[in-house]
Amino acid sequence: MSLFALTLHEASEKLRRREISSVELTEAVLQRIAATDDRVRAYLTLARDSAMEQAKQADARLASGQPSSPLLGVPLAVKDNFLTQGLRTTCASKILGDFMPPYDATAVAKLRAAGAVIVGKTNLDEFAMGSSAENSAFFPTCNPWNLQRIPGGSSGGSAAAVAADQCIAALGTDTGGSIRQPAACCGVVGLKPTYGRVSRYGIIAFASSMDQVGPMTKDTRDSALLLQALAGHDPADSTSSNHAVADYSAALTGEVKNLRIGVPKEYFVGGMQPEVEKSVREAIRQFEQAGAKIEEISLPHTEYAVAVYYIVATAEASSNLARYDGMRFGHRADAKDLTETYMISRDEGFGSEVKRRIMLGTYVLSAGYYDAYYLKAQRVRRLIKEDFDNAFKRCDVIVTPTAPTTAFKIGEKTSDPLQMYLSDIYTISINLAGLPALSLPCGLDNNNLPIGLQIIGKHFDEATVLRVADSYEQETNWHNQKPKL
Amino acid sequence: MSGPGEWHWQRPYVKNFSMKLTRASVQRVATLARLRLTDDEESALTGQLEQILGYMDKLNELDTANVELFSHAMDSANALREDRVANQPNTEALLANAPERDETFFRVPKIIE
Repeated sequence: MSLFALTLHEASEKLRRREISSVELTEAVLQRIAATDDRVRAYLTLARDSAMEQAKQADARLASGQPSSPLLGVPLAVKDNFLTQGLRTTCASKILGDFMPPYDATAVAKLRAAGAVIVGKTNLDEFAMGSSAENSAFFPTCNPWNLQRIPGGSSGGSAAAVAADQCIAALGTDTGGSIRQPAACCGVVGLKPTYGRVSRYGIIAFASSMDQVGPMTKDTRDSALLLQALAGHDPADSTSSNHAVADYSAALTGEVKNLRIGVPKEYFVGGMQPEVEKSVREAIRQFEQAGAKIEEISLPHTEYAVAVYYIVATAEASSNLARYDGMRFGHRADAKDLTETYMISRDEGFGSEVKRRIMLGTYVLSAGYYDAYYLKAQRVRRLIKEDFDNAFKRCDVIVTPTAPTTAFKIGEKTSDPLQMYLSDIYTISINLAGLPALSLPCGLDNNNLPIGLQIIGKHFDEATVLRVADSYEQETNWHNQKPKL
Repeated sequence: MSGPGEWHWQRPYVKNFSMKLTRASVQRVATLARLRLTDDEESALTGQLEQILGYMDKLNELDTANVELFSHAMDSANALREDRVANQPNTEALLANAPERDETFFRVPKIIE
């Protein structure tokens, strides 16, 4: 087996036993990128030299035999909306130019402290706004399973890099499904932790009441390892939680007997691709056979989630993106006065989806419309959250499809923004309610494209979500399927 | 609220919306957002925003008169800390990204007429 194809737990074990070195592993991953990324286009920036340097340092630490993190010496990819000191950060936007971050995001600092090797920064929809990675200001990323298809978004580069073995694992961010939907499209495991579980310090803000950092990995065991390294309170992020961090790997017992699994009837509706429904139903049957109790539940406000999300998220984005004014960093246009400098810098620097969302957000917050749109959405958001509170009185986890269809064709939805927004229907409610949820592969459709199963947990109960996902992987082989590249 | 099976995740999209936006109101919002829009962008955005805002009117199907505003996904308290310097700003690194600088200052267009 090629070294680049290893999972994080496999690579970590081989490094620890000194069967391989971090330099060998990192070289293998960099060669894999060189051999495949002209087709996949997952990376915006490669950090070849610093990665090799970090690998050498990791080998020295491994040789010392001191106790260390399972991430020590493992090559990882980071979505390009995390600040990385000394490594260009673009957020896939022209407005940031060649921005060189003066500090590391907390999540990145934790990876570095654990001795992980950072091989590069992955592509995304500009400012994480999109479901296809087509909104990157630089180029679209292709799905490794079919290069004519989207990898999902916004963490499309990270998902494609993991699926194509261009890294051992990756970091993503998820505001409305941006880890889970690309994970589903590319056949990898993506976990959005509870709001507040992982620090967002140094993440380029999109919608601050929902943004969350999470792992994108080749299997659930890896997801547990990476979450362990990321989770915990950070004084630099006032929304990060003091809630105790569980031992996620210890939670993977493979046991789901008597676990109550809720299946929301509103998630099985018209318009879902038949193969997606079939695979998800099959997975539910599998859990039942393993001894879980299946409960039909209701999340009655599901059909309002897209409208609520695109009001709340765009309102927050329009305010977060006000900082791109061309004064202290980023693109500055040459103009006659201050106001014109702002207006032209922002016109030239932002892409069309970002402008659309700034316009929507500004509209719903503007005088005369604030009550009708923004406050109305915040009231319905409470109803959506209460739907989950009520459902979790009857079940321990909720199982749904991750997306209503498998990966669509590049260009298929670019001219129709609302159609693109509606494809987030199964993931956005979870961000509105602040819950943890994971997507893992549960089948392939007739076009050989991966199908994702979503497992939603109670607040701060990532351990149960991971346990359920791992038990499924122990009984099935979908997570081991690889695209032919 | 429609029952399960009755709604289609794409169906709202094919509905006819009554929402009407004028180009003047789009221009007003663009000015608020400090965005210059070309004529083509303005005209495309007028139609798209009309469609998306029309879709959002779906929320009016719900009576929310007695629903409290959402504030936070979980109970959370203010995060307070001692008022002392915690970071050590690196002036050079911070100014390295400036479009224009003057020694240790950001250089910006004239602000006061």
